[in-house]
Amino acid sequence: MPSSTVTDEIELVGTGKGGGGSSFGDDGNSGGGGDEWKGPSGSGRVPQRAYVTGMTIALGGVLMFFMALVSAYIVRKDMPNSAWVPFNIPRILWLNTAILIASSFTLARSRSRFLADDDAGFRHWWGVTTILGIFFLIGQVIAWRQLAAAGVFLATNPASSFFYVFTAAHGLHLIGGVLALLYVAFRPTHRLTKGTATEVVSMYWHFMDGLWVFLFLLLLLGR
Amino acid sequence: MSSHAQTGHAVVVEPSGFIRKYIFSIDHKVIGIQYFLLALTAVCVGIVLSLLMRFHLVYPGAHLPFVSGGIMTPEQYMALVTMHGTIMVFFVLTTAPQGGFGNYFLPIQIGAPDMAFPRLNMLSFWVTFLAFVAILAAFVVPGGAPISGWTGYTPLSGMGEVTGPGEGMGQTLWIVSISLFCLASLLGALNFIATTIDLRAPGMTLFRMPLTVWGWFVTAILGLLAFGVLLAGGVLLLLDRSAGTSFFLPAGMVVNDQLQPHSGGSPLLWQHLFWFFGHPEVYIAILPGMGVASHVLSTFSRKPVYGYRAMAMAICAIGFLGFMVWGHHMFLSGMSPYSGFAFSVLTMSIGVPSAIKTFNWIGTLWGGKIQFKSPMLFALGFVSLFVSGGLSGLFLAQPAVDNMLHGGYYVVAHFHLVMGVAAIFGIFAATYFWFPKMFGRMMSEPLGKLHFWFTFAGAYCIFMPMHFVGLAGGIRRYADATGTNYGAALQPAHMFMTYAAFITGAAQLVFLFNFFWSLKHGPVAGKNPWNATTLEWITDSPPPIDNFGGHYPSVYRGPYEFSVPGYRQDFIPQNLTPDQAALLK
Repeated sequence: MPSSTVTDEIELVGTGKGGGGSSFGDDGNSGGGGDEWKGPSGSGRVPQRAYVTGMTIALGGVLMFFMALVSAYIVRKDMPNSAWVPFNIPRILWLNTAILIASSFTLARSRSRFLADDDAGFRHWWGVTTILGIFFLIGQVIAWRQLAAAGVFLATNPASSFFYVFTAAHGLHLIGGVLALLYVAFRPTHRLTKGTATEVVSMYWHFMDGLWVFLFLLLLLGR
Repeated sequence: MSSHAQTGHAVVVEPSGFIRKYIFSIDHKVIGIQYFLLALTAVCVGIVLSLLMRFHLVYPGAHLPFVSGGIMTPEQYMALVTMHGTIMVFFVLTTAPQGGFGNYFLPIQIGAPDMAFPRLNMLSFWVTFLAFVAILAAFVVPGGAPISGWTGYTPLSGMGEVTGPGEGMGQTLWIVSISLFCLASLLGALNFIATTIDLRAPGMTLFRMPLTVWGWFVTAILGLLAFGVLLAGGVLLLLDRSAGTSFFLPAGMVVNDQLQPHSGGSPLLWQHLFWFFGHPEVYIAILPGMGVASHVLSTFSRKPVYGYRAMAMAICAIGFLGFMVWGHHMFLSGMSPYSGFAFSVLTMSIGVPSAIKTFNWIGTLWGGKIQFKSPMLFALGFVSLFVSGGLSGLFLAQPAVDNMLHGGYYVVAHFHLVMGVAAIFGIFAATYFWFPKMFGRMMSEPLGKLHFWFTFAGAYCIFMPMHFVGLAGGIRRYADATGTNYGAALQPAHMFMTYAAFITGAAQLVFLFNFFWSLKHGPVAGKNPWNATTLEWITDSPPPIDNFGGHYPSVYRGPYEFSVPGYRQDFIPQNLTPDQAALLK
C-alpha cells in the first residue's frame, strides 16, 4: 500500500491534464516543467475524479448485466411453448417501490446538506436513507415469503424464475448500497474524500433506484 | 471543482514483508507479473491438453497410462476439447495480454504511478486465480472435466450428470470458474478504463498514447460491456442446473431414457448470451496484440507508425463492430436468413478496419531500417498469422459457405490462426520486447530467433493443412474418424499436423529456458535497450515502486518519433521538451 502523508481533502486539480490538452507539446507545460511535476495525482494519490469515473464505468457494467437478464426475459417470455404462467405481483412491491423512490429524495437532500456544510442535516438524512434502504430490503423479503406462501417458487415457472432472479440480483446490489451508506456514515475515509464518497454512493444509489423502477414496471407490465 | 496548490511529494513506500511485496501486492507491476505467470502456467496446461488431443486423433487406440481404462473414450476427448478451449481463451489469451502486460505497462506508458484502484487490481487478480483453481479442480472431481465445449452449449451443459461424465460437478465448476472470471475481468476493466481516462500525465493526450494503450483501453471497454452479459448467462445456467429452473432447457427432453423435468426453455438463448460475450472476447484476445505489433514494428523499423490516428480509430472500429456480429457464430442455429444476412454483412465489414491496420503495418515497415530482433520477428509473425487467419474469416462470414464449413476443421484452423496463434505471437512479441524492462536483463537473441522460426513454421504446419482437412469434410470434436472412409483418407494430414504440433510444442521449451535462464544470467539491460520513445523506457529497469522515482514525466510529443529529419538521434522520447529535443539537432 503506497502510504500517503497527505491530508484528506485534496481535490483534483482540474486543469493541466486530460483529453483536451493538446497544447501541451507545443506551448510548453502549464503544470510546471518536465521533472518538476509530481505525478498525475499531484501527490502519488489517485485524483478524486477517478472515483467518479470508476463508478460511472462500474454502473455501465452493472447495466449490461441487468440488460442481459432483461433481454433473456423478453426472449424467454415469447418463446413458443414457453410454459409462462403470469402471476399477480405481491402488492407490497408498490410500497417497496415508493420507499426506494423516497430514499432517493432523502439521499439527494442529504447530499445537498453536505454541500451546504450542514453536518447534522447530512447525517440525519443520510441515516434516513439508510433506514429506508433497509426497509426496502425487508419488504422484498416479505414479498418473497408471500409468494412462497402462495406456492410460487423459483422453479415454479419461468415467470416466477425471472421474478426471483431480478429481485435477488437487484437486492444483492442494494445490500451493497446499504453497506456503502453505512461505511460512509461510520468510517473516516482515507483515499477518497467525504465529498467524493457521498457523490459516488449517491450515484450508485440513484442508479439502483432507477433500475428497480424499470424492473418493477417490466415485471408489472411485461407479464 | 476546487483546486488547491499541490505541494505534496509522492511518498510511496515499498512494503517490506514477502507476502505484501509478492503475494498480496497492490503494485500493478507485481500484479502484472502474477497475471503473466498465471497465464504461463495455464498455457502449459493448455498445450499439454492439445498435444493429447493431437496424439489421440492419430493413435485413437493407443494405451495411455494416465487415462482410466487405458484407452481414451470420446467423452474424455471432449473433456480435453472443453478444457483446452476454456483454459486457452480465458486464462491465456485474455489474461496474459491484458491482465499481464496491460497491468504492467499501461500505467507506466501514460506516466502514472499505479492503477487508479490498486486494491481493486489485487482483488481482480486473486479472483482470477480462484477461477483458475476452480477450472483445474474440474479435472479431479468425480466424473472429471466437463464435455460441453468452451462455449458450454445448453442443453448439454444445463442438465447435470445424466448427460455424461463431467456434466456433474465438473460442469458446475466450469460455470463457477467462468462466472468468477467474469467478475474479475469486470473489476479489471473498470480499473483500466478509469486509469486511462484520469491518470494520464500532463500532455499525454489521447492521440499521444502509444497504440498499446489504445489496445488495452478499447479491450477494457469491450470487457466491461461483454463480461457482465456472460455473468448473467452463467447465473441463469447455474440455476437451471441446481435450482430446477428452465431458462435454457426445453420441455420433453429424454436423456438416457429419463424424461427431464424442464419446460419451455431456449437453448438458443444461451447461445445468444454466450456469443454476445464470445465475439467481443475474440477481440479482447487480439486487440492488445495489435497494439503491441504496431508498437514493436515502429520501434524496430525506426519509423513512426504509419497512419497513427487511423490505427487508433481502427482499434475503436473493430471494438465497436465486434458487438454486432455475434450471430455469425450461430448461422447453423436456424436463424432467419435476414438476420443471417445482416450478421454476414456486418462481419465482413470488420475486414475494413482490419485491412486498414494491415496496410498501415506494412506502411510502417516500408522503407524502414528494419532490425530483426526477437520481438520484431514475433510482431511480423503476428501480422502474417493475422492476415492468413483473418482472410478465411471472410469466407466463413457468408452463411451459405459457413453452413458447410462450420462443423469442421476449417473453422478450427481459422480461429486458431487468427485469434489463437496470432494473439500468442503478440504475447511473445511483448515478452521479448518488455522483458528487459520487467526484469532488468535481456533475453537471449539466438534462442529467441530459434524459438521464433520453429514456432512460426510450426504454427503454419499445424493449421494450414487443417484448413484442407476441413474443406475435405473433416469434422471437429470427433474423437476418432478413422473408421470412416473419408476420415481414414484424412489421416495422413492429421499425422503431419500432430508431428508438427509436437515439434512446435517442444520449441516452447526453448522459450521457457530462455525466459528463466535470462532472469538470472541475461546481459544487464539499461534503461532503454531498444532506443524506444515511450515513457516506460525513461525509467529504470525494472521500474521503482512508484514507476518514476518521484519524477513524473510530462509529455511533449507523440509516441513514435523515430528518425525525425534533422535530428542526430533517431528517436525522441515522449518526455523531451522542445528545448531538450533541440539539443539533438
